[in-house]
Amino acid sequence: MKWEYFSWVMPDNVVSTYGQTLDNLWLVILWVTGIVFFATEIVLLVFMVKYRHREGRKAEYIHGSNKAEFIWTSITFVIVMVLAVYSKGIWDEIRDQDLIPADAYEIQMLATQFEWNANYTGADGLFDTADDFISRNVLHIPVGRPVVVQLMAQDVIHSFFLPEFRVKQDAVPGMITPVWFEATTTGEFTLACAELCGLGHYTMGGTVIVHTEADFQDWLAEQQAAAEDD
Amino acid sequence: MSTATATETHAEHAEHHELSFIRKYIFSTDHKMIAKQFLFAGLMFLLLGGLLAVTIRWQLGFPGRPLPAFIQWIFPDTMAPGGIILPEFYNSLVTMHATFMVFFALMPLMAGVFGNLLIPLQIGAEDMAFPRINMVSFWIMPVAGVIMLASFFVEGGAAGAGWTSYAPLSADGQYTGVYMGQILWLISLIVLGFSSILGALNYVSTVINMRAPGMTWFRIPLATWSLFITAWLLLLAIPILTGGLILLLADQTIGTAFFRPEGSGEPLLWQHIFWFFGHPEVYILILPAMGFVSEVIANRSRKPIFGYHSMVIALVSIAFLSWVVWGHHMFQSGMNPLLGMTFVVTTVVIAVPSAIKVFNWMGTLWRGNIHFDAPLLHAVAFVSLFIIGGLSGIFMAAAPVDIYIHDTYFIVAHLHYVLVGGSLFGIFAGIIYWYPKMFGRMMHEGLGKVHFFLSFLFYNMAFFPMHNLGVQGMMRRIYDPNQYEFLQGLQPLNTWISISIFLFASTQAIFAFNFLWSLRKGKVAGNNPWKSNTLLWTTPSPPPHGNFPEMPIVYRGPYEYSHPDREQDYWPQDEPPASSEAGGQVAPAPTPEPVPGD
Repeated sequence: MKWEYFSWVMPDNVVSTYGQTLDNLWLVILWVTGIVFFATEIVLLVFMVKYRHREGRKAEYIHGSNKAEFIWTSITFVIVMVLAVYSKGIWDEIRDQDLIPADAYEIQMLATQFEWNANYTGADGLFDTADDFISRNVLHIPVGRPVVVQLMAQDVIHSFFLPEFRVKQDAVPGMITPVWFEATTTGEFTLACAELCGLGHYTMGGTVIVHTEADFQDWLAEQQAAAEDD
Repeated sequence: MSTATATETHAEHAEHHELSFIRKYIFSTDHKMIAKQFLFAGLMFLLLGGLLAVTIRWQLGFPGRPLPAFIQWIFPDTMAPGGIILPEFYNSLVTMHATFMVFFALMPLMAGVFGNLLIPLQIGAEDMAFPRINMVSFWIMPVAGVIMLASFFVEGGAAGAGWTSYAPLSADGQYTGVYMGQILWLISLIVLGFSSILGALNYVSTVINMRAPGMTWFRIPLATWSLFITAWLLLLAIPILTGGLILLLADQTIGTAFFRPEGSGEPLLWQHIFWFFGHPEVYILILPAMGFVSEVIANRSRKPIFGYHSMVIALVSIAFLSWVVWGHHMFQSGMNPLLGMTFVVTTVVIAVPSAIKVFNWMGTLWRGNIHFDAPLLHAVAFVSLFIIGGLSGIFMAAAPVDIYIHDTYFIVAHLHYVLVGGSLFGIFAGIIYWYPKMFGRMMHEGLGKVHFFLSFLFYNMAFFPMHNLGVQGMMRRIYDPNQYEFLQGLQPLNTWISISIFLFASTQAIFAFNFLWSLRKGKVAGNNPWKSNTLLWTTPSPPPHGNFPEMPIVYRGPYEYSHPDREQDYWPQDEPPASSEAGGQVAPAPTPEPVPGD
């Protein structure tokens, strides 16, 4: 049992470009809510002790204070609005479909019960042609280059979850949902399904393999050759 | 004096209308009896929902290990052969745990019990506006409950698509292997909806039309205010759910395609309908508890509630805002990302009225004279746990942060802080506080405290670390987290949580014992054991049919505690002002009774 598991700070395992931005926003919210948490709980405890019933004690006849109401309403409002505006910038950067990097490498991902089918274009760079090939439950991507995954689902809703990349996006039947990210490190990472999708939901895991650009090209060439052989 | 005549009138009254056993205890139209029926039914379903939770936690704490022999026999081979929970049964467990807790335990225990008990008594009415509709409202619930229970025993088992029933998983049996179970789930909730609608209709009509003379809107106690607002939410939200359920039932049974893409249906439409109902529903499950807590904290601090008007305004604002925040459940659903920001703003704004309520409760305790008995302990626990549940909500409201924690245990922790730490502790506060009015006796204070401290401890031991599971990325609703390498290290934490849940669940036996024991052996309560101001406490405990011997007249607000000009630290709403000028001695003062916990 590792003590890191009790951490409230995001695990130190980010491997995407915007992952750190998200973790920083998390940290800001953690500080704000953490301060409010300790302040309110401590005040609550102090009041409980200080104003406990004792012989001969009488409560003060106070109905409230408009000034206090105004102060805590406006402070709360300002804090949450600042968080909302801060969130907006990051959200647009990640999710605005017009801001998906134009040079992103495109992969189609068809989720089915209970598999992830990553579809790559062949040498022609076009989908739905004879040289397309599928990688089952293993997503191969290059490092240092944006990737856009076009999510689709064949049967029910699944959710494409890459914890280390801080990526999660539902794959909905009848829809194509793009999600983009850029890996910062090579290696093997987790692919998980985060939306209850039936009996085998808990087994619907996979792997993301991040290659160097050269390795990735080699892998593509190998797969294309294999696909053409079929 | 009037008290004596009142007793005589009541005695005659009772003789004239001696009701048969069936009319009195089963098909009763008396709002207090209906409240008790909802109480017993709701507690039974709470027990059932709890047992399902314990079973879920067995699988997560000890994955793949057979259930202990003494519970194994409950489950047939289709659910847990040899005591080992099957994955399909696990999906049914999480679905049915939430369904029973939300629709059959929390809703009846809040709106059903306290809407019925408190509204007429706190506003000075003799009963509900429509007593027969009220009776029907109760009896629909066990019917729906039987249908829901039956779904466990049909072929394919109970519904397993989650309580949110996302289509197309829920729209076609081929995806789950559950056909009849899902259909029964839909039918049961469609039927149950009528119970809520009829109940809410009554609450709204009663509060608007049947207030005693002098009971102006801003003299209504906050418990009734919160139940009134909740009733509006029920009245407006439940038909939306029912409409969605009927469409889903059509997809399931007669081959329509409202939510199935094969027929150009739209899976996200279900989510929009469900959460358009679902977010007001969240407040249906918490607003009444806020009302109970306001009542208890003011009374047990012997102090006027801080900011009565802003408390009411906050309730109304939460109710309005609850209609425009549903999209925060759908940030990762594939909904247009530009819409996402709209919902971020509305969602963070709803934090404002919630914060106002918390600060006002703290303001009420400030310079009070706090009596530490079981209702107050539960009410303050509500405040402290609601703070945690509210603050963790801010993480999810920030859409970019929600990307990572969506559908993880962070959400599970958050919602259980609101619905167990909030609603359930609020219900406990309410039951203990109003028990004497319902049954004429007090619950045992010592047992109440033991139950409280153990519950509070085990509750936090169980649910607080769930946040940490979420931070590590553990997804919800997975049968065996160990399938994923990155979650394997979390097994000891999962086992810890499961053991804490078992302890928390076992602790509830103390409450059950106290509840049943006190029915016969509890200390006799008298009319007003908490020295409260509301009209409810001017009636005998339990109140007779018709509640008030004569029409009460209301002279002041409900929270006139510790008024400097008065010797007593309370001032009942119906005490004529003249008596205070005469030094508070002339009026038929209620016989002073010892306050429990003193």
